[in-house]
Amino acid sequence: MIRFILLQNRQGKTRLAKYYVPLEDSEKHKLEYEVHRLVVNRDPKFTNFVEFRTHKVIYRRYAGLFFSMCVDITDNELAYLESIHLFVEILDHFFSNVCELDLVFNFHKVYLILDEFILAGELQETSKKAIIERMSELERQE
Amino acid sequence: MGTRLRDMIRAVRACKTAAEERGVIAKECANLRNSFKENDQDYRHRNVAKLMFIHMLGYPTHFGQMECLKLIASGGFPEKRIGYLGLMLLLDERQEVLMLVTNSLKNDLNHGNQFIAGLALCALGNICSAEMARDLAPEVEKLLHNNNSYIRKKAALCSVRIVRKVPDLVEYFTNPAVGLLTDKHHGVLIAGVKLCTELCQGSEAALEQMRKQVQTLVRILKNLVVSGYAPEYDVGGITDPFLQIRILRLLRLVGRGDPDSSDVMSDILAQVATNTEGNKNAGNAILYECVLTIMAIEGIGGLRVLAINILGRFLANRDNNIRYVALNTLVKVVSVDTQAVQRHRTTIVECVKDSDVSIRRRALELVYALVNETNVKTLTKELLEYLKVSDPEFKADLTAKICSLVQKFAPNKQWYIDQMILVMAEPGNHVREEVLRTLIVVISNAPELHGYTVRSLFRTMQHWNGQESLAQVTVWCIGEYGEMLVNHLNELEGEEPLTVTESDAVDVIETVMKDVRSSSNTQAFALTALLKLSSRFPSNTQRIKDMIKPHKGSLILELQQRSIEFGAILNRHENIKATLVERMPVLDEATYNSKKADGAGMALPSDTKRATPVGGPDILANGGPKPETTNTLIDLLNLDADETPAHEPRKSAGDHLLSLLGADPLASQNASTNPDNVLMDILSLGSPAPTTGPSSSTSLFPPAAADPFGGSLLDVAAPAAPVDPFGASLAPATGTAPRKTSLLDELDVSSTVPQPPRKASLLDDLGPTIPNANNSLLDGLDSAPIVPATSAYPTIVALQSSGLKVLFDFIKPPGNPQSTTIKASYINLSSNPYTDFIFQAAVPKFLQLQLEPASGSVLPASGGGLITQSINLTNTMHGQKSLLMKLRIIYKINGQDKVEQGQVSNFPQGL
Repeated sequence: MIRFILLQNRQGKTRLAKYYVPLEDSEKHKLEYEVHRLVVNRDPKFTNFVEFRTHKVIYRRYAGLFFSMCVDITDNELAYLESIHLFVEILDHFFSNVCELDLVFNFHKVYLILDEFILAGELQETSKKAIIERMSELERQE
Repeated sequence: MGTRLRDMIRAVRACKTAAEERGVIAKECANLRNSFKENDQDYRHRNVAKLMFIHMLGYPTHFGQMECLKLIASGGFPEKRIGYLGLMLLLDERQEVLMLVTNSLKNDLNHGNQFIAGLALCALGNICSAEMARDLAPEVEKLLHNNNSYIRKKAALCSVRIVRKVPDLVEYFTNPAVGLLTDKHHGVLIAGVKLCTELCQGSEAALEQMRKQVQTLVRILKNLVVSGYAPEYDVGGITDPFLQIRILRLLRLVGRGDPDSSDVMSDILAQVATNTEGNKNAGNAILYECVLTIMAIEGIGGLRVLAINILGRFLANRDNNIRYVALNTLVKVVSVDTQAVQRHRTTIVECVKDSDVSIRRRALELVYALVNETNVKTLTKELLEYLKVSDPEFKADLTAKICSLVQKFAPNKQWYIDQMILVMAEPGNHVREEVLRTLIVVISNAPELHGYTVRSLFRTMQHWNGQESLAQVTVWCIGEYGEMLVNHLNELEGEEPLTVTESDAVDVIETVMKDVRSSSNTQAFALTALLKLSSRFPSNTQRIKDMIKPHKGSLILELQQRSIEFGAILNRHENIKATLVERMPVLDEATYNSKKADGAGMALPSDTKRATPVGGPDILANGGPKPETTNTLIDLLNLDADETPAHEPRKSAGDHLLSLLGADPLASQNASTNPDNVLMDILSLGSPAPTTGPSSSTSLFPPAAADPFGGSLLDVAAPAAPVDPFGASLAPATGTAPRKTSLLDELDVSSTVPQPPRKASLLDDLGPTIPNANNSLLDGLDSAPIVPATSAYPTIVALQSSGLKVLFDFIKPPGNPQSTTIKASYINLSSNPYTDFIFQAAVPKFLQLQLEPASGSVLPASGGGLITQSINLTNTMHGQKSLLMKLRIIYKINGQDKVEQGQVSNFPQGL
């Protein structure tokens, strides 16, 4: 299962942090710092997987943003990599050409999209169309 | 009234320094607090949104937690939405506040509006605690049958969380979960398959039920594989790879250990393996999962070949991610089919040199698994070459792996020694102590290579650059075999001739001693080597004396002690020096190896067996009455000087030595004037067996003999010496059992009528009957202070069954009445050896239990050896309650599991 998902920029500012396991705030900050340090200097040719404590981090960089997922050691890395990409596509679609600022100003929307995409640390919906439609339905409710 | 969320974010972003940002946040937080206090309803959801942003920046926000609950309790969707979002971000399952939301959640789960029910499910799935899970499980279960697919999929994943939190609910969810497998909606299927997987992992019954559904699963997968283009779920030309992966994973669980289901799924697995396109990541993800499933389910030869071939293709892929998963999988597969993996050896070795640490680690692990007798030479060469250029942080790992490979698969000793020298010559101190110790044992056991080794080391040492391990081994070898440097003894064919003078050899030691990088351990080695050389190279004696002298003022006690003692030997005891510094007896390789294999290094069957026939009869022949023997022992330990029978101390060479060592001269009552035996006497602690051969001394003192660095004899006789390189660290590690056994052996044999040599350790006969003083005395032997820990507790039989006996000895460390150390010994009474021996203990709450690792996991048949283990107990209610312990012992006889249990309530009073 996914332990946590982080969205950080190159400076290490957290743009989204979703934890599916209970952690102390201080521990969360430490994790965010460590994960950032781990992924930020890796060569683009390197694998997108880094072992991290007893788990592994699957990360992918999009422009200046790092999307990192911490998953169990036995999980299928390639599948999570693909799911990061799917998430980015959904964001891109939703914000039509997403950029970091969209994520900053609409951070709560990003969380809502994530909640439609992943639940309880597991993938919930894999259809981009279904999620986008769902989001607009939810927006209409407001 | 406050600002808009957007304005706040702008204000934060406009901050140039962290201090400025803190100011903005502090102001904003003050506003929020005010507004919360005023119970401002209109802007509550905006305020909570702000709070979430502040939380994300890393500032404390708990003052707003209650606001989330208020929002959730309010009626409208927008409020609830922000309320739940805030709940998930600002709280987690451990906060008490969360309990307050249970009722709102329950109402919302039953809400007619699907969006609101969806919000509640989402929150529950992400942060519910075990209690909430239990309370709300019926609601969630109901929603699994909801006619809205959106609700069903959320409910399914919510159930996953519930089952994780409360595993006994597995049964409750099994049937509805199976029902989800026939759902038409992809999202529900994905969630449903995940739920099934989770259930199968948690319960055998659920797994059984799922096995009946193999056909269904196969059908779903088949539909995905053969169906045409489905735009909604398409990823790079593949229909819903995520669902495929989930199903493959569930099939893996179902097929493992069940040939029937494995058979049913084999066709579709073959189809997935052959038809999935491997040019995109999504396809490879499926192939990867498929390979894992094929390797896990019950064997179908053809499929396995297919799977390994896929991995081979992965390995050749240019994408590092793919190579990583290939290596990762090959590590798991290598035990199943080594041959197939061997084919990719060259590629794998290349991966060890990859610039990406993730790949390197995996590859190294795989190489390690691949090495065997036939390829060890080539692979070691490759690894050694790589060691020269690898990153510093990777070196320790690599060195450890190389050492262990070389040790395990060396075709001959010379090669082993060569490789070890190469490894040690690498800069940095990555060679571990026990590796060195093994090396020394091997060297000592190869008399034909002594000359060769010392010369190679000498040669390597010419380019020494502070490598500690190299220095230690070289110094040790020069000390032992220094003369072979000079006289070219045992020169091997093809060995490069080397001309060394005696003073060259001493030079090497001097370099090491003078180098600031040498640790005190190394220095201590050097001192001992010098002492030894003083007799090998008489012409250099004066120089050696001068080199030893400066350490007399050393601040390190061990060095000072050695320096003073050695100085005394050199100056005053020339007559016995030659004997003292004789070459170390050959270290017992078998003993050492099995000790190492035993981990903590405890009693060894071979050791005990050998000890008895040699030691037993000799002692009998010399037949000292028991009390005397005991006294001698006590004397040596300085325990009871008053009771020693008066003996005229004999002015033999040995006495000097003993007084030098601070031991009671009486101990040497049996020491003959024959200088050959001086050493033996020391080693055998006054054993009344002057004729006993070296092997007896070895068996009496296995720790000392097995310690290759006990090169300083003095350490052997003075077990309290603190910094004996390796010796000190080894002494506690080579536990009590060997000594205790063999010494008790002796006591017992000498007190009884002649008996045929025994196979079994005598300890079990001695058990509870032997006077307790002996035990405590002997226990005291291995603790560093000479005064033994006080103990007045008899040994008890903690458990006895037809096949097994467990004995407990007690040591009470002085100063802490609450704690007790139990030395447990396990004895096999049956005629079959036990393997995988595991001892478990449980104690009531007022006791604290700490189990040290056992000395081994194999218990030879018929008491042919024992496993020992230390158990540390702390009785927090000392004086009020006595000890109580439940035992469980698990082991295998001929591969069959056996469990024995029992309760120990016969602990001696006062523990």
